[in-house]
Amino acid sequence: MKRLVAGAALAAAGLAVARWVAARGRVPAAAKDPLESSRWLGVTVNRPPDEVAPAGHLPEPLAQVDAEVRMNRAPGDRGTEIYARPREHRGGADGVLARLRGEDPRPGIRTALRETKSLLETGDVLRSDEEIATTRPTLPGKVLDMALGRAAEGGRL
Amino acid sequence: MKALCWQGVNDLSVEQVPDPAILNAQDAIVKVTASTTCGSDLHLLGGYIPAMRAGDVIGHEFIGEIVDVGPEVSRHRRGDRVVVCSIIGCGRCWACRHDEWSLCENSNPKPGVTDLMWGGTTAGIFGYSHAMGGFRGSHAEYIRVPFVDYNAFTIPEGVADLDALFASDAAPTGWMGAELGGVRPGDVVAVWGCGGVGQMAARAAMLLGAERVIAIDRYPERLAMTARHVGCEVIDYTSTDVTAELRERTGGRGPDVCVEAVGMEADSTGIQRVYDGVKQQLRLEQDRPIAVREAIHACRKGGSVFVLGVFAGFVDKFPLGALMNKGLTLRGAQQHGQRYIPKLLERIAKGDLKTSYLATHTMTLDEGPKGYDMFKHKKDGCVRAVFRPWA
Repeated sequence: MKRLVAGAALAAAGLAVARWVAARGRVPAAAKDPLESSRWLGVTVNRPPDEVAPAGHLPEPLAQVDAEVRMNRAPGDRGTEIYARPREHRGGADGVLARLRGEDPRPGIRTALRETKSLLETGDVLRSDEEIATTRPTLPGKVLDMALGRAAEGGRL
Repeated sequence: MKALCWQGVNDLSVEQVPDPAILNAQDAIVKVTASTTCGSDLHLLGGYIPAMRAGDVIGHEFIGEIVDVGPEVSRHRRGDRVVVCSIIGCGRCWACRHDEWSLCENSNPKPGVTDLMWGGTTAGIFGYSHAMGGFRGSHAEYIRVPFVDYNAFTIPEGVADLDALFASDAAPTGWMGAELGGVRPGDVVAVWGCGGVGQMAARAAMLLGAERVIAIDRYPERLAMTARHVGCEVIDYTSTDVTAELRERTGGRGPDVCVEAVGMEADSTGIQRVYDGVKQQLRLEQDRPIAVREAIHACRKGGSVFVLGVFAGFVDKFPLGALMNKGLTLRGAQQHGQRYIPKLLERIAKGDLKTSYLATHTMTLDEGPKGYDMFKHKKDGCVRAVFRPWA
């Protein structure tokens, strides 16, 4: 078990270092995307635009978040690109504080985009078997919970 | 119900766990009638896939009988005898529509982990950690199958359980390696690894028209099994210089297509074994790419290398120079099983593809920990242990 905890910690540290190094390589000065707080989050839905927002009505998950939304036909017959971002852009220290307080709206928007995509394509949002747990609480499990706690809100769209 | 649970590194136990339930309208509950060990489970067992919790049910290659369906299931009904793909696809996203099912965009409810690790979200997999969706595995009496219309396939009459079982993962994975590796009639194909997937890849290469197929491993019983059942040539890498041998057998060219079916815990002889072993244990690299390196070096100029073995993270000493300067094509994927399973079941029914011989040890679910011990350590010539929960 100790090996697992150590392994998970080392793997996480390794990933963090790799991402830091990669970020340093891409953004030489600030090492941080200066547009992060105002960037659009995008998802491509395998449905034509007239099915994505019939009569201009946004799909339910997107309609429920406070966000700017735009969409366009995706190239290559890939359906529709849907973009969303917070109406209020909080960068710098303010943005960091918002994230620490759990007030960053972007995870919620990301989740809404992902659920919109799934509903439009499959008619449902898939639930994990974790809802009927077979697991028992352990120390490594708590470490994992911390790492996975926001996993449902992440993911490239 | 009873299930085989991961409890920690190299620690499995059979436990009573809550029954699965229909959570989405397109789900089904399947009564598992046979479920087999897979080499990729050993990465979970060894602690190389960190997103496991004590109590997780493992197993992903299985067949069974549908005993309950959600209200929006249309292609299956109670009583269907089915083989279920180990990879979960939604069937309607762009990736699924283009037959790239392991890249499904709607079947992993925990996309943040794989996105962080790989820069993209991949499909959910049964019993393969919370990074791959947190779905329960198949070494259990029952399992929930999401999007069952797309992920379960009715087993044809006359196809026995142990033949159909390997159409869940080993056979389509092997077939994909040969097909997407670009095997064409007249090719010489080399396959690293004589486990279930490697043997299926070798057989697929032959059925796709390869003129010579050469499989590589270290275990005499696996080499003998491959020669006997697949009918291809074999090389024991513990007593042979593989690259030199392949050149000698191919007029100095090297194989046209190289399929790596080993994965992140590859073994070898010599200094590489020590080097990669130490680096992996220190987490300075997550995976040991020994067979991948050898495949790239052995492959003919302009040839193709397909990575079928499971890798999770970063590797060291990757021969990018050889790849670039020899003009190689490198591909890899988790299996796009739904693309192949119907055709494979037809081939199995016709007798073109034999699979049941891989099941070297059949046992009850209660014997799960023993089965994995035998499988991991290759005891008694174990190639695959198959659990029959209702036997």
